[in-house]
Amino acid sequence: MKRYTVAVLVRNDFGVLNRITSMFRRRQFNITALNVSETESIDHSRITVTFDGEENNKQQLINQLYKLPDVYSIKDLTNENAVKSEMLMIKVGNEPETRADIRAAADAFEAKTMDYAKDSMIFLLTGDSRKIDDFINLMSDYTILEICRTGIVSLEKGSSVMRKITNL
Amino acid sequence: MLLSGADIIVKTLIEQGCDVVFGYPGGQILNVYDSLYKYSDEINHILTAHEQGAAHAADGYARTTGKAGVVISTSGPGATNLVTGIATAYLDSIPLIAITGNVPTTQIGSDSFQEIDITGVTLPITKHNYFVSRVEELADTLREAFRLSLSGRPGPVLIDVPKDVQIAICEYTPKEKVAADEKQPAKEIRIQEAAECINSAKRPFIYFGGGLISTAAQEEMLELAEKIDAPIGCSLMGISGIPTDHPRFLGMQGMHGHYASSMAMHNADCIISLGVRFNDRVTGNRAKFATKAKIVHIDIDGSELSKTVNATHGLRADIKLTLQKLLPLINKVERKEWQEKIAFFRKEENDYLDNRESLTPRKAILTLNKHLGENTAVATDVGQHQMWSAQNLSFKTTRRFVSSGGLGTMGFGIGAAIGAAFGTKERSVLVTGDGSFGMCLQELATAVSYNVPLVILIMNNGVLGMVRQWQTLFFNKHYSNTVLNRKTNFVDLARAFGADGEKASSVEELDKALTKAFSTDGPFVIDCSIDKDEFVLPMLPPGGSMDDIIVKVGDGI
Repeated sequence: MKRYTVAVLVRNDFGVLNRITSMFRRRQFNITALNVSETESIDHSRITVTFDGEENNKQQLINQLYKLPDVYSIKDLTNENAVKSEMLMIKVGNEPETRADIRAAADAFEAKTMDYAKDSMIFLLTGDSRKIDDFINLMSDYTILEICRTGIVSLEKGSSVMRKITNL
Repeated sequence: MLLSGADIIVKTLIEQGCDVVFGYPGGQILNVYDSLYKYSDEINHILTAHEQGAAHAADGYARTTGKAGVVISTSGPGATNLVTGIATAYLDSIPLIAITGNVPTTQIGSDSFQEIDITGVTLPITKHNYFVSRVEELADTLREAFRLSLSGRPGPVLIDVPKDVQIAICEYTPKEKVAADEKQPAKEIRIQEAAECINSAKRPFIYFGGGLISTAAQEEMLELAEKIDAPIGCSLMGISGIPTDHPRFLGMQGMHGHYASSMAMHNADCIISLGVRFNDRVTGNRAKFATKAKIVHIDIDGSELSKTVNATHGLRADIKLTLQKLLPLINKVERKEWQEKIAFFRKEENDYLDNRESLTPRKAILTLNKHLGENTAVATDVGQHQMWSAQNLSFKTTRRFVSSGGLGTMGFGIGAAIGAAFGTKERSVLVTGDGSFGMCLQELATAVSYNVPLVILIMNNGVLGMVRQWQTLFFNKHYSNTVLNRKTNFVDLARAFGADGEKASSVEELDKALTKAFSTDGPFVIDCSIDKDEFVLPMLPPGGSMDDIIVKVGDGI
């Protein structure tokens, strides 16, 4: 099993996300993260899908996406052809006995303190998924109250941009 | 010109070359029905007894003509009654346009009377669907629906139109009939690779399905078969694609396929697969499926390549254009040894044939064959009778076998046969079983109302034969809920609907009844008695391989 990232440009319209995710559900693709956002064009939204599977699962996912009329463009993003990043917000308990250790770990990971309260702290961390996993692992020795991560966002390296796929 | 949304729908249908639509009126589609009344000189509407029947009729029309079939229904239950029909068309890649009314936009989402989110319901069973919220978008959305449903791999498209959009007025400008997207051949390098694979094969086998019929690549396929001296088999959806008596044709593949066809495919070293999708009913146990063969797979839908069976050469392209480019690269050869082997499989198949003289299922279909015209469409329902039909019917013309292959919809047949009669403008035939016929028999009323020339052959065995066959083979003869033995008198039933009918208990009686049926103006029902213990053979047990094939009663039973 490998982890794949695929970027999909779709028509920016009501219900389109539902069509994409409904297809994932129906064909039982193992989606681990999904990121949706606006783009440079008002006509398109960008969906970044991260999922686990084999090479043929990835090919099938791309082939199935290809058939949806709302899909404008698809790009298989690998570690070779693309840059990837992810963002984490983590809320941990703020207790006198552990406070110093947690802050030291956050400093080491270059996490930013977003909120500092009597009983809790929120850190913001950006980086590749492994770095984020490592930080969460480290924090699991303390009291994790809540986690929110964006899932991978990714752009192809160099000047190339996603182009419209043509035939059905 | 300024027109209401409802008028725009009907005008656009006419503009797109649609001469007949099937449907059923209701509250939220009334405006469209008023427009159908207004333009009734230009477009014919067929009122069915149930929306499901209308959907199957539009499907049968599409299968026999290659044009998009159109079905219209109201919101709520009208729309949900289309669901089985839409799903049937989806699984068999049939171009179908479903137009549903809905409650006014101001009431959408408030659980109004007869409101249902039909675009949500049909999301996984349509190629695409639309909720039209502005009248200005209506005409172009319909045109887009026609284009989508006919382009690439065909399929159903649904358009949901709220009542206020049907009432609203806007400018309508007629446009040309939309064309399906231009098709493309495969890349040259891929064609060359495929040609090398085919040229190096010793025992090639050509296997085609519905995709070949929808792009009409028969001529190219037959030329390829001649060049490489290969036998041809097909999937259920491929039946009638080429004349049944073509000397290279071995018949249908799969669970109940022809023995010689299945054996040839099993022993082939190269399977040239055209517009098929290697469904589980075809492959059986995928791990043991055609293990000796390289697979060249051409399909317009890339997601079918290596989906279930790994393709050595997968070409996402139009079959016809690709074969045209492939043919010059193929060496002409004769394959004496392979042909001898095929002849041997044919002989074996012949030895297994059921040649009893009594009214066996095979005999019934062979008797029907004698009455079929060159252009007669035969629809079926689903079950044993469908497989007996697929195995034994004889066709001369393409697009004349109308059967629910992918979804396996019992009740499909009568609506589809009515649609086929409108599509071919000829008498059509329905072969059905007493179980399937019981599901949608109310459409007899439609056939009578429109005086549709329709021969209905019910292979009546008093049981749900296919399920019973599985119970015999795999469930210790526990005949749980498969014994119907209903008291329905189908001949009286036909008369009650205003049709005529006859009972047949022998080959002579069947032949006589068919003669009468084929000269009757309107529908005619034949209640043909079949023994409840008849089997569909050969049979590849589910998940089995060719080593497990059951060819005659007694094998593994």
